[in-house]
Amino acid sequence: MKLKQLEGLLGDLEQFSNPIVELEQYPTGPHIASRMLFTAENSYGDITDKIVADFGCGCGTLSVAAALLDAASVIGFDIDPQSLETATLNAEELEVEIDFVQCDITKLELKGQIVDTVVMNPPFGTRKKGADMEFLSAAMKVASHAVYSLHKTSTREHIKRAALRDFNAKSAEVLCELRYDLPKLYKFHKRKEVDIAVDLWRFEPKHN
Amino acid sequence: MRLIVHNMLSCNIRGVANKFPLRIEPKKIIVKEVDFNPDFLKHMIAKIDWKALVDGARSMGYTELPDHAPDTTTLESDESFLRKFHHSLLELHLEEGSLVCSETGRKFPVNKGIPNMLLHEDEV
Repeated sequence: MKLKQLEGLLGDLEQFSNPIVELEQYPTGPHIASRMLFTAENSYGDITDKIVADFGCGCGTLSVAAALLDAASVIGFDIDPQSLETATLNAEELEVEIDFVQCDITKLELKGQIVDTVVMNPPFGTRKKGADMEFLSAAMKVASHAVYSLHKTSTREHIKRAALRDFNAKSAEVLCELRYDLPKLYKFHKRKEVDIAVDLWRFEPKHN
Repeated sequence: MRLIVHNMLSCNIRGVANKFPLRIEPKKIIVKEVDFNPDFLKHMIAKIDWKALVDGARSMGYTELPDHAPDTTTLESDESFLRKFHHSLLELHLEEGSLVCSETGRKFPVNKGIPNMLLHEDEV
């Protein structure tokens, strides 16, 4: 599948109807989502025929992208039942098979080394401080080969240090810097839209 | 929820020792065919907890899986086994039912194919 085609398909997905600000529910736009997964597969072979987990899947954008790139199996994890319902509809609409699990990612216990790759657009920690680190820690425990994640560019040094020192990372690399355009979603948003510099990270866990 | 997911999920209640596997109590099961990918399946044999898969499949009404996976040398020529493995791992969906913790008896509900692993206040 070509990048443009993937981006087009992701652009048709349903997004949050009533986003919950405390969970930092923001849609992952098709531009970022397509580039993230395309890079993971084309540069690293981490998606096709692999078992991919999407942490904080929301409406399933990254999960659907992984499925469209022929992951062997995709599992989306999220705490919010409404988002999971939308994600289920999105998977049906695009005729891809995705399993979903409702859970608190910080309390999740997954057995074994089944998951190859974790992809995620985690909360940045603007509402619940440290949420970004909690997601990264959880992802590094589960992925046997790689974690792809988005974090604010302003946290770059902090993330790198934590990944290598505390979260068992063999490597922590910023693949590229992207602009994440956030539309005005919540009442407290003053401007019509704002764009935030985010890093697309690839982490490799040491073998557990 | 398919058995590939069941093979990863364990009970996350604080203090529980016997967390895995969760027992399946089905109420509604559907079967959805997906493409057969033998290379992927051969790769998966080593990663799957075989007993959990066999027991899980049995509780969903599928009894064709052998008690032990054949060794890797015979796998190459054993397509019939791979088809059974494929069917149980990827084509059986628990739509409604529960996943039950063997130690505490706690039931994690499964609705519309989605298991709810959220804990109550006192379980954390």
